[in-house]
Amino acid sequence: MKREVTLIESRTTLLLTYGVLGIALVITLFPIALLVLNSMKPATQIVQNPLAWPETFRWDNFTRAWEDARFSTTMLNSAILTATTIVLVCSTASLTAYVLARRKIESWKIVTFYLLGTTTAPIQLFLFPLYFGFAKLGLINNPFAVALIYTAIFSPFAVMLLRTYFLAIPRELEEAAQIDGANHWQIFTRVMLPIVSPGILTVALIIGLYSWNEFLIATTFLQGADNMTAIVSFFLLSGQYSSDWGEIMAAALIIVLPVVILFVLLQRRFIEGMAGGSVKG
Amino acid sequence: MHRLYLVPTLLINVVIIFIPAVLTVALAFFRWDGITMPVFVGLQNFQALWNDRIFWTALTNNLIWTGIFLTIPIFMGLLAATLLLIARRGSMFFQVIYFLPMIIATAILARVWQGMIYSPVSGVNGMLQRMGFPTIDPLTQPSTALLGIATVDLWHWWGFLCVIFFAALRQVPQEQIEFARLEGVSFWNTLRYVLIPAIRPTITLMMIMTVIWSFLVFDFVYILTQGGPAFSSEVLSTLAYRSAFYDLAVGKAAAVAVVISLFGLAATAFYIRAQAKEFQS
Repeated sequence: MKREVTLIESRTTLLLTYGVLGIALVITLFPIALLVLNSMKPATQIVQNPLAWPETFRWDNFTRAWEDARFSTTMLNSAILTATTIVLVCSTASLTAYVLARRKIESWKIVTFYLLGTTTAPIQLFLFPLYFGFAKLGLINNPFAVALIYTAIFSPFAVMLLRTYFLAIPRELEEAAQIDGANHWQIFTRVMLPIVSPGILTVALIIGLYSWNEFLIATTFLQGADNMTAIVSFFLLSGQYSSDWGEIMAAALIIVLPVVILFVLLQRRFIEGMAGGSVKG
Repeated sequence: MHRLYLVPTLLINVVIIFIPAVLTVALAFFRWDGITMPVFVGLQNFQALWNDRIFWTALTNNLIWTGIFLTIPIFMGLLAATLLLIARRGSMFFQVIYFLPMIIATAILARVWQGMIYSPVSGVNGMLQRMGFPTIDPLTQPSTALLGIATVDLWHWWGFLCVIFFAALRQVPQEQIEFARLEGVSFWNTLRYVLIPAIRPTITLMMIMTVIWSFLVFDFVYILTQGGPAFSSEVLSTLAYRSAFYDLAVGKAAAVAVVISLFGLAATAFYIRAQAKEFQS
């Protein structure tokens, strides 16, 4: 209780503190508010005043955006790509994280540092041979091939994050299972995996977010109209010269809304996971 | 047996990242259009870069970018994190809002800023111009294009740092802060002599990551200006991308990728050293 008493700040300090925090809040929300507001306005009203409240609500912005960005196809593509990546990353990374956290092999250190090194490797360092190699093998416009690229890029992060969850499990649990005659696979799947499942959920959320939002790889490897992701179809829609910004912001909102809802519901998991892995999106 | 657990992660990693990375380094010494046989040219690609004005602009821009991101967002993040520590009430709410831009796709954020803020037609900028303010669209001026892009990335990025710094600050023993307050130490001096030294490892790690990420920046530049006008906002990663896929000069692109990687490598060495301490414990 003592701490509560001594840390109470003077009224002016608190006022100033909330003032600055509030200004930062407004600056952060301003562009996002413009996105939401203008997604419901006719293009002519946006051109007059992007800050004004909609005179008429143009809900058809959303239906036109859905049609023009071909979201019924590209959203499905994004969902399939994201789901495949999540499954691949979670399954492969949990295996690796377990072995590295428990130092099951002598070369755990080399492998750990190698994976740490690849988290910082620039995409351009492997992009060009990969693209022309995939082109030769006919793997351009192949969502599974892109899911493999995402897995390679994101799994070091997932390994590092899951590693901390495995480290938190007491050794006695593993030893007890060993005494009961469980083999190594049973120990991993029946004892360890259930305990780290919250960590796997966190990894799934964050890898899902990164895959859903990813731009550079998606725009390079999935160019066919029937294979592209929602982000790439949004990018192409918004790049046309006769730009209807109401429609573009509606398309943006369609992509962003599911992400924001998930984030608000599971904020702690997102923030702790992203901060723990230190990967910039 | 536990060796087998590493096979999926390492196999995907080696095929997608390691082998293409080695090939990129090799390609830097060849002339290749991506289709015909590569021709060995020795150091010609690097010599060409040395004499290429655009390459030097791009490299300078990456260095300016690094300088901006090593100072402004780190200061903003630290300041806001400290204020959250003082405010206490509502700190979770502020954190979630500051973090929000991090979970929205870069392609979408870029278009929102482009169309709703910077655009002289549909943006807030245009509205100000019509009201008689002499504002400009920073993306269309060679002298301000890079700053215009950096502003978007700063806005998107600083909240992440704030959340990370706030998490670290909460680990600082309460007694230290209390003591400083009781002694009547001012806000800035508490920050300087108590809080910053206490979370120095976190700040160092974020600065190392900033250097690495500053040489990888791609999405915002590619979407907002494509390196223009007149290559004034070109960075190394967009230069490499354009060389490979628009000019089909894959050897030149590989040489640029090698330059990016050299900067990254230096920072990565620091990064692994900083992380190694944690793995020893």
